[in-house]
Amino acid sequence: MSITTPDAPASPKKQRDSRLALPTKSDHVRGGSYKRRESALGLALVLPATIFFAVFSFYPFFKNFYEILYVPSININNPAKFVGLTQFWDTISSSSFLDSLRSTAIFVVCSVPLGVLGGIFLAVLAHQKLRGIAFFRTAFSSTIVSSAAVAGAVFGVLLNPADGFLPWLGIHFSPNILESPTLALPAVALISSWQFVGLSFIIMIAGMQSLPEEVLEAASMDGASSWTKTWRVTMPLLSPSIFFASVVGVIFSLQSLGVIDVTIGPYGAPYTHTNVLIYAIYNQFVQYNNPGSAACYAFVLFVITLIVTLVQFRLVEKRVHYGQ
Amino acid sequence: MASKHVRRARVNKVVRYAVLTVFAIIIVFPLYIVFLDAVLSNSQIATTPPTLFTFHPHWNNFAVAWRVGGVSHYLFNSILQTSIIVMAQLVTSILAAFAFAFLDFPFKRTLFVIMISTLMIPFEVTLVTNVQTVSSLHLFGSTVGLVIPFLATGTGIFLLRQAFMQIPKEMREAAVIDGYSNMQFLRRVAVPLARPGIAALAVFSFLGAWNQYLWPLILTDNNVSIRTLQIGIKSIGGGVDSANVQIAASAIAVFPLLVILIFFQKHLVRSLTAGAVK
Repeated sequence: MSITTPDAPASPKKQRDSRLALPTKSDHVRGGSYKRRESALGLALVLPATIFFAVFSFYPFFKNFYEILYVPSININNPAKFVGLTQFWDTISSSSFLDSLRSTAIFVVCSVPLGVLGGIFLAVLAHQKLRGIAFFRTAFSSTIVSSAAVAGAVFGVLLNPADGFLPWLGIHFSPNILESPTLALPAVALISSWQFVGLSFIIMIAGMQSLPEEVLEAASMDGASSWTKTWRVTMPLLSPSIFFASVVGVIFSLQSLGVIDVTIGPYGAPYTHTNVLIYAIYNQFVQYNNPGSAACYAFVLFVITLIVTLVQFRLVEKRVHYGQ
Repeated sequence: MASKHVRRARVNKVVRYAVLTVFAIIIVFPLYIVFLDAVLSNSQIATTPPTLFTFHPHWNNFAVAWRVGGVSHYLFNSILQTSIIVMAQLVTSILAAFAFAFLDFPFKRTLFVIMISTLMIPFEVTLVTNVQTVSSLHLFGSTVGLVIPFLATGTGIFLLRQAFMQIPKEMREAAVIDGYSNMQFLRRVAVPLARPGIAALAVFSFLGAWNQYLWPLILTDNNVSIRTLQIGIKSIGGGVDSANVQIAASAIAVFPLLVILIFFQKHLVRSLTAGAVK
C-alpha cells in the first residue's frame, strides 16, 4: 500500500528519493549569502513546531521521570525530596496498580481481536463488484464518526437494564451489566471494539484494493474457489494491513478512557474492575491529587505501548508477507 | 440451461445484497439510535419493546439541550478549539514540512529525527507535566490552555513532507529561474500542488481535535463556560430524565463527522491509512 499518493504532477522518474529516506543536502550550488539566507529561513520555518514540541512533548516526557523520582515536600516552600525508585516500586506493587494492569489486559483482549477480525470480515464482504457497494462501504466505515462520549451515551441507552432492548430481547443481568464486577469491563471493551471496527475496516479495504490483481486472477485460472482464494491468497497478502490495524487497535484501546468515564465513571460500582491504566492515570492525578503516582502509571503504560509496538514489528519482520 | 444459469446468478446476487444489508444494519444500528432517540421523549426511549421508528419527532429535545443543557456553549467551544487546533497544525506542519523538503539548513537531519520521534511519546506520559505547565502559565480553564499542547504535530509534518517531496524537481528549478523567492514558491506552487495531502491532514486534525476527551475533561473541570461538546455529553448525564437531552447532544456531536465521512471520504481514508507504509 502506498502512503499518501497526492495527485503527483508528471514524471515519476525525476521524483525525489525514497519517501522514507532522511532529508539530504540538496545539490544546488549557490553563492554564500543566498545559502545563509536559506539557512536562516529553514530554521525560522521549523522554529514554531520545535518550540511546541520542546515545551509540550520533550520537556514533559523527561519531567515525568522527575515526578517519579522526587516527591513534593510537605511544606510547599521546601524543594522536592529525592526518593529514588521507592515511589515507583511502592506504586507498581500496590494492589490497585495490579488491578489496573489486569483490567487493561482484559480490556485489550476483549476489544482488539474482535475489532480486527470484524474489520477483515467486513472488508471481505465489501470487496466485490456490485452496484451500490460504495453505500455499504460507507456504512461499514461509519463507526469512526462516533467519539468515545457518543458511544458511551448511546450504549448507555442500549444496555439500559430496566427498559428497552435488553428486556425486549429477554436478556436480564443481575446486577446490571454496567455495574457488574465481571461483565462491566467486557461490556465497555465491546463498545470500544464497535467504535474501532470502522477504522479497522477502512485499513483492510484499502489494503485489499492495493493487492495485485494478477495474483488473484492467476489463482482463479488455476481453479481456486473463492474460499481458497480468500484464505490462501488474499489473507497472506493482506497481512501488512492486518498487522497495522492490530497495532493501531492496541494503542487505541490502551488510550481509551472516554467510554468508561461516560458509562461507569470514577466512582461506579465496579470501579476497581474497570480502572484501566489510562483511567487510573487520570484518577490518581485528578481524583486523588497524586501526580507522582500518576507519573508512575504513565511510565508503565508508555513502556507497555513501546513493547507491544516493538514485538509486533519483530513478528512482522519474520512472518508477514510484504510482497515484491 | 441458460435461464437456469441466469436465475442462479440472480439468486446469488440477492443473497449477496441480503448479507451486506444485514451487516450494514448491525454496524450502523447504534448510530441510527443516536439520531432516532434524539427525537424521542424520555418515556419513548424507555419503552419495552423499544421504539424503532417514529412519525412524530419530538424536536423539543434539541431546544432543551440547546438552552438548558448548555449545548449552545459546548458547541461553540468545540468549534472554536477545533478550528484553532486545525489551523495551527496546518500552519506549523506546512512551514516545517516545506523547510525539510526544499531547504538546506544546519541540523536539518537532527531536527527532523527529533520531530518524528514525538510520535513515540504518547500523550499520557506528558499529561501530568502539561497540566502543571498550563497552570503555571495561568492558562488552566482557558481556551488557550485547551489548545496549546496540540498546535504542532509530528504526523502532520511527516505527511506533508512526503506530499511536498512528490512535487517534481523541475517545478522547483523553474520557480528559481522565474525569480520566485522561497516563500513565493511555497505559496504559489508547493501548497497548491500538495493540496490533497493538506486536505488529508486537515480532516485528520479535525477528527482528533473534535473527539478529544482526556485533556478537555481535566482542563474544563472547573470552568463550564469553556467546556467542549464531548465533555458536555458526559456532564449532561444519561439518567432517566436526561437521556434524551444527552442523546440529542450526541447527535449534534456526530453530525459534522458524518458530513465529512459522506462528502470527504477520500481525504478521510487517505489520512487514516497514511501510516500503513508498505
